[in-house]
Amino acid sequence: MTTASIVAVGRPAIPRYQSLLRHLQGGLKGSEYTWAIAFIVPYAAVFLAFLAYPVVYGLWMGSEPSLYRELFSDPIYQSTVINTLLFLGLGVNLKMFCALLMSGFFMRRGWWVKALLMIYVLPWAVPALPTFISIHWMLNGEWGLLNNFLYNVFGIEGPSWLNSHWLALGSAIFSHVWKWMPFWTVILLAGRMSIPQELNDAAAVDGATGIRRFVHVSFPLRANLYLICTLLSTIFTLGDFNSVYFVTGGGPANSTHVLATLGIRDAFQVARPDLGVATVMTALPLLIPLVIILMRKLRTTEVQL
Amino acid sequence: MSVVAVDGGPAARRRPNYRRRRNLTEAAAMAFAVLLIFWTITPLYNMVFVSLESHGDVFTSNIWPVHPSLMSFWIVVTQGYWYLEYFWHQFGNSLYIGAATTFLTLLIGSLASFSIGRMRLKNGWLVSNAALLTYVIPASFLAIPFYSIMIKYGLANNLWAVIFAEVTFATPYAIFIFQQYGVSIPIELDEAARIDGASPLQVYLRIYLPLMAPALVAVGTYALLLAWNEYLYQFMLLSSVKSMTVPVALAQFLNSDEAPWNYMMATAIIYAIPPVAIYYAFRQRMTAGLTMGGVKG
Repeated sequence: MTTASIVAVGRPAIPRYQSLLRHLQGGLKGSEYTWAIAFIVPYAAVFLAFLAYPVVYGLWMGSEPSLYRELFSDPIYQSTVINTLLFLGLGVNLKMFCALLMSGFFMRRGWWVKALLMIYVLPWAVPALPTFISIHWMLNGEWGLLNNFLYNVFGIEGPSWLNSHWLALGSAIFSHVWKWMPFWTVILLAGRMSIPQELNDAAAVDGATGIRRFVHVSFPLRANLYLICTLLSTIFTLGDFNSVYFVTGGGPANSTHVLATLGIRDAFQVARPDLGVATVMTALPLLIPLVIILMRKLRTTEVQL
Repeated sequence: MSVVAVDGGPAARRRPNYRRRRNLTEAAAMAFAVLLIFWTITPLYNMVFVSLESHGDVFTSNIWPVHPSLMSFWIVVTQGYWYLEYFWHQFGNSLYIGAATTFLTLLIGSLASFSIGRMRLKNGWLVSNAALLTYVIPASFLAIPFYSIMIKYGLANNLWAVIFAEVTFATPYAIFIFQQYGVSIPIELDEAARIDGASPLQVYLRIYLPLMAPALVAVGTYALLLAWNEYLYQFMLLSSVKSMTVPVALAQFLNSDEAPWNYMMATAIIYAIPPVAIYYAFRQRMTAGLTMGGVKG
């Protein structure tokens, strides 16, 4: 009796279990499903072990409210926030706007424009660290190339670029622009190239030239690309460690740090990893909305970069 | 237009005027190009210039090498300075990290995108979204907890810790590109092979991978350059002289008081040559890859 009742009770459960399995498998048959899962496992493992776990661990490390009280009362942190905003506002916009103009320039025909493009992309091709170290030495007040040049050619005694807060911050921003402008130019150039020539021709026939063609044809078609690139660039710039770390080193007197470099300084030079995490976490109110907007944009536009 | 009016020229005069204006804009473009070359080249020129100087000449007000010599390069290549004692060993570490990162990124990324895109794994979009999210998290923000976790895993001062970090940040881009590129390969090929009795693994090896070759080259180049150019994770995770990579050793120079700038710049140039060569060799493919999918700086 008992076995019979168990069978009787258990019977409906078997199809339900099977339908659940089928539901999970989607259209895939048994062994195919196993293969599909097996293929995804390596990435899932990497994601969980080296991304999800550190993210959760980081959130836990930075969850102590007293850390933020300590942080907000720190004058170095306060100036760091201003530096970060300046770095983002000036660095990103200067870089993207110049890249937009440059992409227009490189649409010109002629062999020398193509040759110039090969030279122009060099900053992107050369690894970041060697060039930033080179810029660091180039800006040296006493023996750097820039001041030597100013002295030999114009007879001016150049300032010591890295010893004043504003000059040093400006140097870091310009180094960042120098390094990344070619990259975004190439992206925007590819975007321009993908505008069908017929559209331009049609606009030309209708009498639209120069600025009007840009306003009514090129810009509407490329506004979305420009926006996505600017958002992405903002996020990348927020995480840019190298240009500040190697050009100014956060100096003079820790006055040119940005959040990314200050976090690392707190964690490894001051040996306060929790404070370092808290420093970085204060960028989240800016980072999260950016990420959400960007994810939406990337998904809805099917990434027509 | 006003120039035409002043000249009083009818239609016949417009042509030479137009040509003159075109020559003017061409000249302006050339002048701009010269400025652009100056802007682009200066930091790179500084690298070459300092590396060609002798140690004493570095601290002068020259703007070109007065006594150029390749001595610094010789010192670096023969490891003839105490900072450079393990240069080739460290260069090997960089190569090892680059090769392993490239291989693992291609393997993991292509397997995952085959499963999501070709086998249509249900809820595969979750994985794509997770990848997309990883792609937009700045790596430097995750550095501190990542370091703590690596110590927990017992991977401190181990090259594999760096390799895993690079793979973590390169794979999302790989999945992204593979998904985009995979759409252009007809799914009927897979179906035909399946009907002929091929297992999913065979479809992956014999059909998917060969047809994906251009995307594999683009992503492989990207992963290699990412690993080669990265500094922060290598600096955090590698501390002993023998496990260091070239950038970490180079940055150590910077912090010493008597920085031998000519040796540093020679090291920097030698280190920069492979990626620049690879970049120019695969430039077209890289650009195609970048514009095919996303962008990553």
